[in-house]
Amino acid sequence: MIKLNINGKVMQFDLAPDVPLLWALRDVAHMTGTKFGCGMALCGACTVHVNGEATRSCVLPISAVVGKKITTIEGVGATPLGRATQQAWLDAEVAQCGYCQSGQIMSAVSLLSKNHHPSDADIDNAMSGNVCRCGSYPRIRVAIKQVAMTLPAKKPARKGA
Amino acid sequence: MAIRHFIAPFQASGDAAPASPSRRQFMGASAGLMVGFWLLPEDLLAADASPAYHPNAFVVIGADNRITLIIPKVEMGQGIYTAIPMLIAEELEVDLAKVVLEHAPPDAKVYGIPFGDQFTGGSTSIRTLWEPMRQSGAAARMVLVQAAAQRWGVPAESCHAEQGTVVHAASGRKLSYGELVEDAAKLPLPTKIPLKPASEFKLIGKPVKRLDAKGKVDGTARYGMDTILPGMLYASVVSCPVFGGKVKSVDDSKARALRGVKQVVKIDNAVAVLAENTWYARQGVAALEIAWDEGPNAHFSTADMRKLMVAALDKPGVVARNDGDALGQIAKDGKAVQRHYVNPMLAHATMEGMNCTVHVKDGTAEIWTGTQVPARAQAAAAKVLGLPQDKVTIHGHLLGGGFGRRLEVDYVEQAAAIAKQVQGPVKVVWTREEDIRHDIFRGYYAHTVTATVDDKGYPVALSHKYSGPSIIARWAPGFLKDGVLDTDAADGSMNCLYGIPHFRSEYVREEGPVMTGFWRGVGPTRNVLVLETFIDELAARAHKDPLEYRLAMLDKQPRAQHVLRRAAQLAGWGAAMPAGTGRGIALMPAWDTFVAQVVDLKVSAEGEVTVQRVVCVVDCGMVVNPNTVAAQMESGIIYGLTAVRYGNITLKDGRVEQSNFHDYPMLRMNESPKIEVEIVKSSEYPGGIGEPATAAIGPAVVNAIYAATGKRLYELPATPELLKEAKVA
Repeated sequence: MIKLNINGKVMQFDLAPDVPLLWALRDVAHMTGTKFGCGMALCGACTVHVNGEATRSCVLPISAVVGKKITTIEGVGATPLGRATQQAWLDAEVAQCGYCQSGQIMSAVSLLSKNHHPSDADIDNAMSGNVCRCGSYPRIRVAIKQVAMTLPAKKPARKGA
Repeated sequence: MAIRHFIAPFQASGDAAPASPSRRQFMGASAGLMVGFWLLPEDLLAADASPAYHPNAFVVIGADNRITLIIPKVEMGQGIYTAIPMLIAEELEVDLAKVVLEHAPPDAKVYGIPFGDQFTGGSTSIRTLWEPMRQSGAAARMVLVQAAAQRWGVPAESCHAEQGTVVHAASGRKLSYGELVEDAAKLPLPTKIPLKPASEFKLIGKPVKRLDAKGKVDGTARYGMDTILPGMLYASVVSCPVFGGKVKSVDDSKARALRGVKQVVKIDNAVAVLAENTWYARQGVAALEIAWDEGPNAHFSTADMRKLMVAALDKPGVVARNDGDALGQIAKDGKAVQRHYVNPMLAHATMEGMNCTVHVKDGTAEIWTGTQVPARAQAAAAKVLGLPQDKVTIHGHLLGGGFGRRLEVDYVEQAAAIAKQVQGPVKVVWTREEDIRHDIFRGYYAHTVTATVDDKGYPVALSHKYSGPSIIARWAPGFLKDGVLDTDAADGSMNCLYGIPHFRSEYVREEGPVMTGFWRGVGPTRNVLVLETFIDELAARAHKDPLEYRLAMLDKQPRAQHVLRRAAQLAGWGAAMPAGTGRGIALMPAWDTFVAQVVDLKVSAEGEVTVQRVVCVVDCGMVVNPNTVAAQMESGIIYGLTAVRYGNITLKDGRVEQSNFHDYPMLRMNESPKIEVEIVKSSEYPGGIGEPATAAIGPAVVNAIYAATGKRLYELPATPELLKEAKVA
């Protein structure tokens, strides 16, 4: 049994240690908000937070995240920043097909938690690992900047909030 | 293509005509498309036990005031789950925020209006449903008003509907729709359904937020990929890497020994491993030892494809348009300009890869998947399973991208063939590698354009001949114009807008060994690219400004002129550009929509192209939701830019050489240009918006590359290697 802390809850998985977190979430925990896109950490659809860091869950064995805090799209709205980011996504009408947006939001929240006022270059750096085939990039940029406008100038005191 | 091209052949041909409805129906009374619409399918009616009024197949009004709209098109990002509710609600007079949306079940007779084929594609949804959806709302409202008027004993004309209620203003009386459902159900439907004039629209033309957005930001939106059923097994598949190849033999002993692996299923051209979860299934596939019968295509390559398509240009084709005598004029001239082009194969690469869940049980089957063609999916699965079609249930889902890929049912057929051999439900999820290698690709096409010009440099005669596979001939032969012409393959060529006295457009069908399908932007992504870059080249040869040159040939095309002028104006056309940068323009006239784009880009010394800015002006006639139109322009531009920069599926030894996003790259955030969209205010009939921007961006980029470098590309993608080879024109 492998115990994982997912969205603040401890869940048990009777799985081989090399099973990627993505499939543990989707097929075993039935948390399907985290998406499969490529299986090679190339598209970001599977992005979750591990201790606040945006991480591709499709290449992340569950054995590597034991004892760490995992946050998924289902849980990210529990923080004010996560909620504000989701709201900015709605305000900017970001989603089209929506399939990649769980991953986009997880990458954006991770960026904004460390950098309250990202520049265009910061956004490029943080978000270029997330592919969107509907071309929502311009709106993602707008949404990230909208959240940034509501955040205090200083970096948060605690890392990985 | 223009909607008349879609509808006319269907009406003309006997067996392909829309099937006559088996149930009570009434006809739309307004001018324009005469489209029948039908009552709710009986199985849905039976499933709904609560007291409700079902005026037609699209609207259900509950006694509890719940308004359910059944959406005949699928949502794949294009915003149709907002636009169709807007059309219905405009006439039904209900609050959009409170409506409940349901996916329409497979029923081509009811939900396939006006084609008799239930598909979402071809940028046709609004063009075909603009009137029927408003009529469906209006008819329901008229009956509810009638029911209220009868109860009050007042003339219906003295009552009106607002916010889901009927109001008698003179007496101040008011009844909710829910209170009227029983009376309404007893009343006949109106035969004449007047629609609001545009001046009275409350919703149409106003920016409305997407109704499907919330679930897409909190992880609750359900795609086919998210299907979970009790006892379900997860399947991973590997198909024969060579087109047309089959499984010769498989040694699955190692796979079966792996943890979590439950079953190995062999079908004609693929092997599936079923396991407790997707990961175990994939490990199982990796452990298979398969001998393939590679068949006749085992040595086929892209070079062969190119030869095949180029050679086909020497064969006679179907003449799609022939004004004057272009060939005669060209022969007479002796100094004609001739250019040759090729368009590569492309994959769709939807973010949600192909997947399908099937449960075969007791002579029935249930299917959970995202599809642009629910009724075709049902029929295809029924055929594979040897079941009557009505024993197959399709559970519709949101689509994680369509782009034409999900107009095909190959992945449904494959999942059905696997599930046929399995007890209990099985979810088949393709790896990205399977998805890229076994896509149903945009086909490879070759083109030759020949023109003669007058003493001012304007074309007197232009002949465009192109060869490649015909999707329509396979997918919907009933759509072939006069039984022979694939107007989809010819789209963007046969409807070229420029005033050229002698104009010829000729299509040679050449299939090749690879199955090909619709790809966002279809014919115009190839034909508009070729013609708009050729026209640009003629302008340069004539030493004329590319904008002015186009405008001079569009004196009878005010809408095209306007989008070009406006895009140029917004972009600052005519201003000097820094060295190494260029500005290009293109016009796209298809799907009853006019798009002009101006691209600013930079080309590095190494030949790397960076698109900096795209100005896009679209005239798509009357707009339902400007938010959607703007989003579709941005989306189409980025989808098209990906193809222009990177898109190239190549074949070697009968196999696709690409496999995942490292070798089949997608445009990313850091490469995404600034995009400015302007929507022209118009009272013209609505045009399509899903595809036009994709078809416009290619030529705008190629023309801008020329402006930056003096190099003219005759094929794509615009790689540094190709730019190095390209000669200065």
